[in-house]
Amino acid sequence: MSLRNCRNVKVLDVSPVGQSKRPGEFFEITLEYPGWDGWQSGQFVMIRPASWELDLLWGRPFSLYSGDGETLTLFVQNVGRGTSRIVSMQPGDEVAIWGPLGNTFAVEPDTPTLLLAGGIGIAPFRGYVESHPKPENLHLFLAHRLPKECYPFELLSKTVSTGSMAEERPEDLQRIIDSLREQIADYAARDGLVLCCGPTPFMKTVQAFANELGARAQVSLENRMACGVGACLGCVTKDGEGHHVQVCTKGPVFWTDKVEL
Amino acid sequence: MDMHVSFGGLELDNPIMTASGTFGFGLEFAAYGDLTKLGGIVAKGLSLKPREGNPMPRIAETPCGMLNAIGIQNPGVENFLTQAMPALKRMGVTVVANLYACDAEEFGELASVLAEEEGVAALEVNVSCPNVKEGGIAFGQDPAQIGRVTEAVKKRAGNKHVMVKLSPNVTDITVCAKAAADGGADSLSLINTLSGMAVDIRKRKPRIANVIAGLSGPAIKPVALRCVHQVVRSVDIPVVGMGGIASAEDVLEFILVGAHAVQVGTANFLRPDFAFTLVDEVESLLEEIGAKSLEEFRGSLELPL
Repeated sequence: MSLRNCRNVKVLDVSPVGQSKRPGEFFEITLEYPGWDGWQSGQFVMIRPASWELDLLWGRPFSLYSGDGETLTLFVQNVGRGTSRIVSMQPGDEVAIWGPLGNTFAVEPDTPTLLLAGGIGIAPFRGYVESHPKPENLHLFLAHRLPKECYPFELLSKTVSTGSMAEERPEDLQRIIDSLREQIADYAARDGLVLCCGPTPFMKTVQAFANELGARAQVSLENRMACGVGACLGCVTKDGEGHHVQVCTKGPVFWTDKVEL
Repeated sequence: MDMHVSFGGLELDNPIMTASGTFGFGLEFAAYGDLTKLGGIVAKGLSLKPREGNPMPRIAETPCGMLNAIGIQNPGVENFLTQAMPALKRMGVTVVANLYACDAEEFGELASVLAEEEGVAALEVNVSCPNVKEGGIAFGQDPAQIGRVTEAVKKRAGNKHVMVKLSPNVTDITVCAKAAADGGADSLSLINTLSGMAVDIRKRKPRIANVIAGLSGPAIKPVALRCVHQVVRSVDIPVVGMGGIASAEDVLEFILVGAHAVQVGTANFLRPDFAFTLVDEVESLLEEIGAKSLEEFRGSLELPL
């Protein structure tokens, strides 16, 4: 089977995760494995339930989260019309899935690597941690608004060192920003690698510090997209030279000095 | 069933083409199917110079449809010829180049660049893009301009088939169709997107940075079918139908109304192998409904007396 394809697979399981203030917000969705030779962390898939018929036209992109060659699991936050219908799926339902799409996070086994996750931005880091040859060189930092139990944080804490900060009150935001700066400065000084995924303001902060402090850093973008294969040009962002480039095929992972957020 | 289609010197293995702007330069979809299985691909709109297109956000999902205001982002015709065409030619894909320019002279210049490229089977003249400030739909709403642009392209297109893509955003599309036919078009393709808009009540902002965008997808199919029906009865040149095609039934509806071929657009976003599987489904459906041939079925719509 070729590495990239589109096929129909069955939903095996849909399980709510965590203790969000809004019940039914986070889910792990397990699908039949789409028969790929493999995938790498940072890549994503598009899925589109068969039941959508012609109501919703676009598939929805999700970071590749976890897989074992038999099943593929996605981490989904219920935030809109599409995701609310995706998390309502039942075992046995059919989805079209195409991928693995896009590029990957840099992996430098011997380099100290800082994983900066803003909320749902933790999703691609599960695969990163699970596939990294030297997880002892990784440190995961989660900034979150919803309870930490909503995210696979404790799970990853079993493999890598972790830290977290909650944004519960307005004054917490500055504490998080200060912490990001301190951590990025530390990794810049050690010629480490900084990888980031999360809401755009979070990534912009990381990008600003990385560029200012000379850290080697990557961000993973989550722009709205229709096709996922580079054709619709609806997901573009500007590269470092001001040209529009497709996030789905030129990204979703970009070096912070090569992208405008 | 023989699915071969021939009109105005254009030879297609079957009537299923992919619409410009929804299929890149075809190569993006090569992992998902055999491009030569398609009747042809209409490449992403080309301009003489590279264009960055419109600011983000550019797309929005709507009930049974989508809005886009990409703004003809493309790498320019020379980059297309050097970067995409060699691979398409090697594969033997039937390629239709879609042309965008700001005036008749520039359209002519673009046609002359493509006239010598033997891998390009036809030129589709985009006089109907709603998403650009210069040219675009301004041509598509003015029959005199449509005629001038068509003439300019035809004059410099060598022996290439010239297809003119019409806008539905007019009072009477048949007037535009006649203008293109009189200008020397070998065929017409219709419809381009309908002008539309979407807003966000929480942010109190338009959902598309360009504010006005083009609506496509199954939501527009009845409009497209009506336009094809009207145009095939008003001009003597072949028509390629498009607008909301999302099934084999949809394809045959356009053929029944009189289209020689169709273009599949937004449905390519349903899944990237959509157009490839559609080819087989259309052939099976033709047999299932007892049509003797594509040609016999074409235009056989029985209208009330």
